Amino acid sequence: MSTLLIQGGRIIDPSQAIDRIDDLLVRDGIILAIGQSSHEKVDETIDATGLIVTPGLIDMHVHLREPGREEDETIETGTRAALAGGFTSVACIPNTEPPIDTQAAVEFIHQKAVRADTCNVFVVGCVSRNREGKELAEIGQLVEAGAVAFSDDGAPIYDAELMRRAFEYCRMFDKPIFAHEEVLELSRGGVMHEGLVSLVLGLTGMPAAAEEVMIGRDIALAEVTGGRLHVMHVSTARGVELIRAAKARGTRVTAEACPHHFTLTDESLRGFDSNAKMSPPLRTAVDVEAIISGLVDGAIDCIATDHAPHAPEKKMLEIDRAPFGILGLETALGLSITRLVATGRIGWPRLVEAMSLLPAQILGVTRGTLRTGAIADITLINPDLSWRVDVDKFCSKSVNSPFQGWVLKGRAVFTIVAGRVKYRLG
Amino acid sequence: MARAACEFEVVPLGWAHRHLLDIERLTSDEIRLLLDTAGRFKQATDGCRKKIAVLSGCTIVNLFFENSTRTRTSFALAARRLGADVIDFSTSTSSLSKGESFIDTAKNLEAMGIDAVVVRHGTPGTPHLLAQRLNVGVINAGDGPHEHPTQGLLDIFSIRERLGDLKGVTVGLVGDIAHSRTARSNLWGLLKLGANVILCGPPTLVSQRWRELGVEVSHDLDAIVPRCDVLNLLRIQFERQNTRPFPSVREYAHLYAMNGDRLKRAKKDLLILAPGPINRGVEVTADVADCPQSLILDQVTNGLAVRMGVLWLTCGPRESNGPDSIATLGGAGRSI
Repeated sequence: MSTLLIQGGRIIDPSQAIDRIDDLLVRDGIILAIGQSSHEKVDETIDATGLIVTPGLIDMHVHLREPGREEDETIETGTRAALAGGFTSVACIPNTEPPIDTQAAVEFIHQKAVRADTCNVFVVGCVSRNREGKELAEIGQLVEAGAVAFSDDGAPIYDAELMRRAFEYCRMFDKPIFAHEEVLELSRGGVMHEGLVSLVLGLTGMPAAAEEVMIGRDIALAEVTGGRLHVMHVSTARGVELIRAAKARGTRVTAEACPHHFTLTDESLRGFDSNAKMSPPLRTAVDVEAIISGLVDGAIDCIATDHAPHAPEKKMLEIDRAPFGILGLETALGLSITRLVATGRIGWPRLVEAMSLLPAQILGVTRGTLRTGAIADITLINPDLSWRVDVDKFCSKSVNSPFQGWVLKGRAVFTIVAGRVKYRLG
Repeated sequence: MARAACEFEVVPLGWAHRHLLDIERLTSDEIRLLLDTAGRFKQATDGCRKKIAVLSGCTIVNLFFENSTRTRTSFALAARRLGADVIDFSTSTSSLSKGESFIDTAKNLEAMGIDAVVVRHGTPGTPHLLAQRLNVGVINAGDGPHEHPTQGLLDIFSIRERLGDLKGVTVGLVGDIAHSRTARSNLWGLLKLGANVILCGPPTLVSQRWRELGVEVSHDLDAIVPRCDVLNLLRIQFERQNTRPFPSVREYAHLYAMNGDRLKRAKKDLLILAPGPINRGVEVTADVADCPQSLILDQVTNGLAVRMGVLWLTCGPRESNGPDSIATLGGAGRSI
């Protein structure tokens, strides 16, 4: 028996509507109680004075790259980056090589995660066999192996009929489909958002409509089938509006936004920096504002990173040849606090909901809470700590972040998984 | 010639750049200085025909990742007129086919002790990335559809030679604006010098968004021809288009080719420019291309003058206390 006391922190747990300064007691990796428990013998105490104590953060959209692209990231380095960013759980997206479309592949991820002994790794399985978008993967088998959701992310599910079948079939397991929304003909050859900046730079644009048309299709299919749609990385104002309207109709749709999409605009491409190249692309100030508003009113449920590591030699190519994607795990919390909480747009409880409780609910995992008896995944955040982003100090194997050198406010200082301190800001 | 060389002893203080990457970020004064310098070189070399060895000892590399005949030849000739050594490096003979990145290729050339690279590449921004990573001058000779600064400058030089000040002059840029680096370089230069710019072509090639920069957008060539003092006829860049932006070349030519019939409805002294290579019968018909107001061949000569000016301003010797002094110029700072 080992007991951990987290003393005097501001405990924020939206699952119980708690926001107060108190003690949190953990025994054998399980939450024992919130509040004074003076009779317990304590093995370890963390002084949390001035810190915020939350259920462990969950990033439901992470590319760990293993198997197949270990030069970019591995399960071990990616999950270490997660811990450093305050995340106790990640959901990994199956666009690996080979893709995660079999029980054995799910098992491989689980084994590697156990060996890494870092944070929890929940596996998102492929919707289609070999991620080819032609026929359904063995979704039932994948569920049995532990897959929590299904996605062909990296690419949209192009065949509308296959998407419909996937919604229908996944209903039986009550699993969501994580959708990358893009009409490829409209964004073909695209490097960045289509707008005045792309026009001036002579770079091929990816119009907002490419994303919005597909969101519209998938909402219609979710309504027809009663399936669960989770819209990944929403980046446009109209996309937010479509989701808000669908929710008002009672459609089973949830959505996530990435920190870069509520922080940067297409102006970031002016220097032709491939670290500002991702899909969906950075959009305009109007879109940024719409995404923040969506997070404020709940049209967008969650914050997720779309952590997409790429080795430096790949990002060093010409901007049209460099791959899409940026790192997210180690900057997400700081960006969210700086952009959303410090500016007064959302309160701390909403932030914790968006980064822990709702991701847990959408993934259907028993996390995201500090209830008595829950697994003790806990994040301690120093809300006032100003720090400078330095990719050379990242735990991730890659360095492709457009936020290099930024000063952010707020940072995880302890990341605790099942009662064990797995990360401590040194 | 010795006397002529004297006036090119040091780069004027008004020019602080070791690179020429685009026109968008130049000031109107810098553009005028560039054009004036080009004019002085044209004069000092008897219309770009004689040598003026103000860059002897310099080595300029033509680093072309995309096909080009006239721009590369023009840069090579301009550099030789200035007494510089020129090396041609093109993709077909490089190690790029072996998988080397463009930055590594350029760094290899840099290590051989060169002074400047003239770079052409199919991707926008490639010269900008090279300028960040190399310690030599970088001159953009066309980066995808982004910019082609020396082409823009030579077009403006040619107009200025005929009309003087550009303030209030109306210039129509006609054709494939979407994929044209020449259009973008012209647009910035013309706007900064006070000209009125009209972009003309089908909506699939000319976005309404250009209006946000203060230019006029038209899809009707017949409507704008009578108002223009200058027409710059841009080539349709079939090689850069995903899907065909108009139904047929025939229909395009019907709507947008500058032909004798349209010329009749233009101002009498309308100037005709075309950056070339020209597609006779598509954007311009033969009678217009060869008409007395056509500056097409002037443009070629003036291209030499502009490139001499650009090479000298970016590679030439500076005042030691200048804003971007010799010390920061690597091997480029030499006296003549």
